[in-house]
Amino acid sequence: MAFIFTEDQEQFRDSVSRFLKDKSSTVDVRRLMATAQGFDSMVWQQLSQQLGMTGVHMPEELGGAGFGPVEMAIVCEEMGKSLYCGPYFASAVCAANALRIAGDELQQETLLPEIISGEKIACLAVTEDRGIWTDEVFSTAATFSSTATRTDNGHLLNGRKRFVVDACNADTLIVVANDDQDFGFFVVDAAAQGVSITALDSMDPTRKLADVEFTDSPAQRLNNSKPEQLRLLVDIASTALANEMVGGAQTLLDSALSYTQLRFQFGRSIASFQAIKHRLADLLLELELAKSAAYQAAQTLADNALWSTNDQTADIDKVTEHASLAKAAASEVYLHAALECIQMHGGIGFTWENDTHLWFKRAKSSEVFLGSPAEHRERMLTALCAQSTDLRNSA
Amino acid sequence: MQSQQPQSTQEITQHVHQWLSENWDAEADLVQWRTLLAESGWGAAHWPEDYFGRGLSVEVSAAIEDVFADFGAVGTAQTGVRMLAAATLLEHGNHEQKRQYLRRILTGEDHWCQLFSEPGSGSDLAGATTRADLDGDEYIINGQKVWNTSAHHAHYGLLIARTDWDEAKHKGLSYFILDMHQPGVEVRQLSQMNGHASFNEVFFTDARIPRENLISTAGNGWQVAMTTLAHERRSFDRSRENKRVKQKGRIFVELKKELDISNEPYTWYPQRAGRVDLVMQRAEETGAINDPVQRQEIARLHILSESAKWTAQRAKAAQKAGKPQGPEGSLGKLAASEIARLAARVHTNISANDALLTGPTSVHDGVVAEILVSVPAVSIAGGTDEIQRNIVAERVLGLPKEPRFDEGPFRNVQRNSAAKDTSK
Repeated sequence: MAFIFTEDQEQFRDSVSRFLKDKSSTVDVRRLMATAQGFDSMVWQQLSQQLGMTGVHMPEELGGAGFGPVEMAIVCEEMGKSLYCGPYFASAVCAANALRIAGDELQQETLLPEIISGEKIACLAVTEDRGIWTDEVFSTAATFSSTATRTDNGHLLNGRKRFVVDACNADTLIVVANDDQDFGFFVVDAAAQGVSITALDSMDPTRKLADVEFTDSPAQRLNNSKPEQLRLLVDIASTALANEMVGGAQTLLDSALSYTQLRFQFGRSIASFQAIKHRLADLLLELELAKSAAYQAAQTLADNALWSTNDQTADIDKVTEHASLAKAAASEVYLHAALECIQMHGGIGFTWENDTHLWFKRAKSSEVFLGSPAEHRERMLTALCAQSTDLRNSA
Repeated sequence: MQSQQPQSTQEITQHVHQWLSENWDAEADLVQWRTLLAESGWGAAHWPEDYFGRGLSVEVSAAIEDVFADFGAVGTAQTGVRMLAAATLLEHGNHEQKRQYLRRILTGEDHWCQLFSEPGSGSDLAGATTRADLDGDEYIINGQKVWNTSAHHAHYGLLIARTDWDEAKHKGLSYFILDMHQPGVEVRQLSQMNGHASFNEVFFTDARIPRENLISTAGNGWQVAMTTLAHERRSFDRSRENKRVKQKGRIFVELKKELDISNEPYTWYPQRAGRVDLVMQRAEETGAINDPVQRQEIARLHILSESAKWTAQRAKAAQKAGKPQGPEGSLGKLAASEIARLAARVHTNISANDALLTGPTSVHDGVVAEILVSVPAVSIAGGTDEIQRNIVAERVLGLPKEPRFDEGPFRNVQRNSAAKDTSK
């Protein structure tokens, strides 16, 4: 059923939610965001091994739970609500899916189990100086300056990747680079020769970014690599991020609702003023619409079976349309919720002590990360037009 | 009714199928056929057995309607305000009222209209100042109503009027059945900014209502009106179904005439909603699809309308699964306003200079022009966006209510100056 979660999914959500409430309070977030590592290894171990969150969407034979994008999206939404600090998005969402999609059977069996169990952390390095994600999507032309040169035993990687999430914590890097034909996905050990990782001072301290430089670093090509897989990975990452964002926006709305009811001015709670009420009603509308879009994007991924196979019948244009639709909608509502939440708190909302800025920075960072709302609207419309062209051609 | 009554839905629908094969005649007179339906109970099977129904569940009744549709047989009259009248009578009417009015509602012989809104009370419907004064065995009605769809051909009106000015606002109202064909009732069509005239104004000057046409008790009119309003959206959706009558036979000729009349006020409603379905076609026709600025706006509209569609599906699925209603169920109307407004803007930008023109010689036979001048109605009709935001904020988000200034005897409540004199 596309439009409601099953009982099992609701129960899974409850257990994720309870765990994160316990382990990712704002006290925890504030403590962790001030560290270089940015996450708690014990909590990471628990959520990977005891709750199986890192492998919920991965096949059972590799140590996962065998569910799909909808369950992954549930984890992301709950993490967004609690602003969980940890490499889930980098490792479980981006890197694990890259391996699933581009790795051959042996590579998956070798590399994925430790990522699924959380023992190893991986990340995905795509963007370079321009930092653009979305323009690569409809073009299979090589647009990367990083290169992988074939040698007798594997490849040697050269180049510089930017804005790589959780690279500082990664054991394994999945890197997009040009080889002798096109571009492909390459696995590099973070400790390998010629790999230099430089932490960046990110505006959102809960999202740790780094630049990564490769100088003749030994790399292994993922054997099923195809350029169009990058588009699917952007779809998966955008869908996951959209779900994370609607979770964060919900927390901001809840915070604004509770604060405005507590705050009395002119002899009445400020939540009784229509100037506040109507804006909260509008925010609720925008949020519920974005939630529907985020859930639908996850469902469309699941329906098209792109997760586990390279199904030729899958409707990739529909997947891209829904993923970018959700990313654009969720980015807008997250930032809107953050701005309204600050405004409705008044002066206190601008202080470091108040928690709103933690989510504001996450919202701002998520708005830009993976492409701005405007870029995703354009990407969505291109995918939509491709479908109507298909329809006309088949008619 | 027969003693061996069929039990399961399947048995019932088989029985109805059999009954139709024995009784259906495409050359019959429409009213005669529907009279047979009313008397057999198959035309409104979920109504009580005493009142032209069979006391069956709404689900079984819907299954019976499907049998009618599959069979190609005409059912009872369902369009317009008459179903609101029926629902209200069934819940609050007395035995005589139900016997007198319900059959002719089903046969389509009587048209009904709603007489609720007034020039002085729009969002605040309970602030009605049309007065009903008891004089012997009759109520004397004075005042004015507005936004009355179909009042110009209605036989009866559902009227709320004030019978007690010393009671609080909601407690001084009473609910009546008004005979529209009498000297004290004047109906005037109301022209809209889009050139259509879907509504009327109704003026009462010493109009008369026999005492037995009071529904429920005096002072209970607001409760009764709530029933009517609760049914409004549902039957409204049904009335707008564009039923295409293609079958041959005398009965279908009569049916088509009936539907043409009852659907006439709603021909511009798709344009009022913004015609999102036309946007891509128009963008390709004009080349706007290649303009990056226009593409952004088109994309925004697509995002909004798709998300709203999915949100409605979420609400429906949750309801079907018996889950408590979440916030997603209350937001459709606000979403529809936003979609319509953005759609009108997108259509304007796409059409550019062509948006200066109107009428059959303008683009798409005037449909685009009609969108532009019809959209402002969406955020007003059926409850303004502002009222809707209050409802969402108070009932869904649980925020504090507005401070009230309309408590105590209604006589003392501040009102629009034009409406004041009727209270004297």
